Amino acid sequence: MKSLAELQAIRDRVKGSVIIRKEDDSNTRVVVGMATCGIAAGARPVLNAFTEEVAKRNLHNVTVAQTGCIGICQYEPVVEVYVPGKEKVTYVKMTAEKVARVVVDHLVNGNPVMEYTIGAYAK
Amino acid sequence: MQEISLNILDIAQNSIAAAASLVLVSVTETGDRMAVTIEDNGRGMTKEQAKSVTDPFYTTRTTRKVGLGVPFFKMAAEMTGGSFSISSQPGVGTVVSAEFITSHIDCMPLGNINETILSLVTTNPQIDFLYRLTVDGKSFVMDTREFRRVLQEVPLNAPEVTQFIREYLDENSREIRA
Repeated sequence: MKSLAELQAIRDRVKGSVIIRKEDDSNTRVVVGMATCGIAAGARPVLNAFTEEVAKRNLHNVTVAQTGCIGICQYEPVVEVYVPGKEKVTYVKMTAEKVARVVVDHLVNGNPVMEYTIGAYAK
Repeated sequence: MQEISLNILDIAQNSIAAAASLVLVSVTETGDRMAVTIEDNGRGMTKEQAKSVTDPFYTTRTTRKVGLGVPFFKMAAEMTGGSFSISSQPGVGTVVSAEFITSHIDCMPLGNINETILSLVTTNPQIDFLYRLTVDGKSFVMDTREFRRVLQEVPLNAPEVTQFIREYLDENSREIRA
């Protein structure tokens, strides 16, 4: 049964490590659109898929965050990836299934998945 | 929206935008009634603003001329023969309440409320969330303030903590629905 004692054990295990995720500018930011348009289009599973993949791979330099309406509602779910020093990449019509590839190709290996970006859709 | 829990996620975004430091989400199921409340200690609204907020053509955002979150939630509840109310006080906060009649054919399912709560907590680690689920009298509470006391400097969105919270929500929900 999940208890606070278990949480205490997690804290003891994690607190010593120098790789606790910091909310600073050196982190890669994955920002998921969470306005009404995004949520209705399916942003929640996309957000949770990112959170899970990042946790699974222990990517302590990645912060998963949310934002409001980005202004391109017809393309929701929208995910913007900000890698420090690089240009912002905007993924559109995201699904939970596409998330694993974005995490591996883009976040881990540094290669944005071009076919998921807005450039590939807006012709 | 296909699930009430998605509406809850949506309304909670307003609380976050209102700079709340504490957001309470409560879901109470008794027979065929489901009462949902989202309460925050954000900047609140005047009486006029609170009335306008149910108008789909009223919004504070600049990217679009419509704000559909609150109108959708109100419609979802009233479609089932239920009710909706919103009350707010500037400088104090806002309470959004709805009652759904779940036996009504037009009532959408609650859906994955745990995923909603998890999304809120992990993307807003600096905000406290209190989630209470009550099913026919049995209830459980998740309070991030309690977690924070134990975790101290370890953030709520650390991977191991996220996993703990996910399992905490699933286990407790299953227990009270058993």
